[in-house]
Amino acid sequence: MAGPTRGFLGRSRAPRDPRLPPGQYDAGADWPVLTAEPTPRISPDTWSITVDGEVANPTTWTWEEAHQLPGAEYRGDIHCVTTWSKFDTHFGGISVDGLLEVAQPTAEGRFVMATSKTGYTTNLPLEDVSGGKAWLVWEYDGKPLPVEHGGPVRLLVPHLYFWKSAKWISKLTLMKRDQPGFWEQNGYHDRGDPWRQQRYQGD
Amino acid sequence: MAGVRRPLARSVQLKLDVRDRVDHLPGQHYVVRLTAEDGYTAQRSYSVASAPDEPLVELFVERLEDGEVSPFLADVVEPGDELEVRGPIGGWFVWEGDEPALLVGGGSGVVPFVAMVRHARALGRLDLLRIAVSTRTLAELPYADELVAAGALVVTTREAHGIRPAARLTAMDLVPLWEPGQTAYVCGSTPFAEAAGQLLVGMGVPPTSIRVERFGASGEPVPPG
Repeated sequence: MAGPTRGFLGRSRAPRDPRLPPGQYDAGADWPVLTAEPTPRISPDTWSITVDGEVANPTTWTWEEAHQLPGAEYRGDIHCVTTWSKFDTHFGGISVDGLLEVAQPTAEGRFVMATSKTGYTTNLPLEDVSGGKAWLVWEYDGKPLPVEHGGPVRLLVPHLYFWKSAKWISKLTLMKRDQPGFWEQNGYHDRGDPWRQQRYQGD
Repeated sequence: MAGVRRPLARSVQLKLDVRDRVDHLPGQHYVVRLTAEDGYTAQRSYSVASAPDEPLVELFVERLEDGEVSPFLADVVEPGDELEVRGPIGGWFVWEGDEPALLVGGGSGVVPFVAMVRHARALGRLDLLRIAVSTRTLAELPYADELVAAGALVVTTREAHGIRPAARLTAMDLVPLWEPGQTAYVCGSTPFAEAAGQLLVGMGVPPTSIRVERFGASGEPVPPG
């Protein structure tokens, strides 16, 4: 760790919000858009979500079928590795638990690769997307999720940095061993806990 | 800090003598981390403008009025200062110098393309690059001379440029530059990157051949999730 930087005072940090993880700032009403590919146009008619890999019952749900599952919502904060956080967000959709209950991960399926329609991937330990910690969401603030924010449906794993919340989600693949996804292959952390500042590999 | 240049208003070019440096690929970025006396830290990422074979790492920093790190780098840093940096970072928005590429940049989104141009020049492979850049005025375009010398098409949105009136980038500008087999790199603000990405898709460029880097709210060119 380096010592102080000559002449750097930093922002006033008297009223720092305790909801803000270290190194993050409050984006306020903004919701920055950051993706690596052109924004795809995906119709709900052609969207589906598949859970496969190390599961007893590989299953695919269409838009209609996914909407038959019990609804669930998330109210709380989100944190992006590019250092913005956004408080008091409200997403609506379904819990990932509902999908896992049907697909039944095997005892060996301990990691998940989330894949988007665009081919984007991100890896997560199973325990980070089960137990009420992860959702598939299609509503933001009571309105359809905008396409630039991952609509029609994105993964939401709000306790990890937001690149784990794959936009345009289409598949969750259970795996025996952890494998790096898109940003993880490019130097970002395999887990991405904002409270531990797990931004890059080695953090 | 080996050199500080301010050729344009509201920005700074920093040349860093990086200890135990790992060569970067054109398109990668560095994280700069500042620490206050009381241990408070702030970090941001900045694109590298230098080629891998240059002795110093050159970062381009646009000064954001309400920023925390960029005003410090633009106004306070002097040669001889020690900065904590981490890099190179990013393995997606990179050009290794051996494949044809179409580079489409908006404003300071051209910076990673400067590294690509310099690398191509060093390899004698400028023929691999087709470049289109959009800027409000020519005077505001970072590294304008180098980009123009590399054959970049420059579109100015707030002033006429040559025979062209002030106008946004269009598919008409990009179609003559596009060839099958190219990888397209788009870098700029979110609205610019969104518009340019849709232009390319509309021209029939396969989305899988398009790599996009959008600036975050803090102006940094880091692209995750």
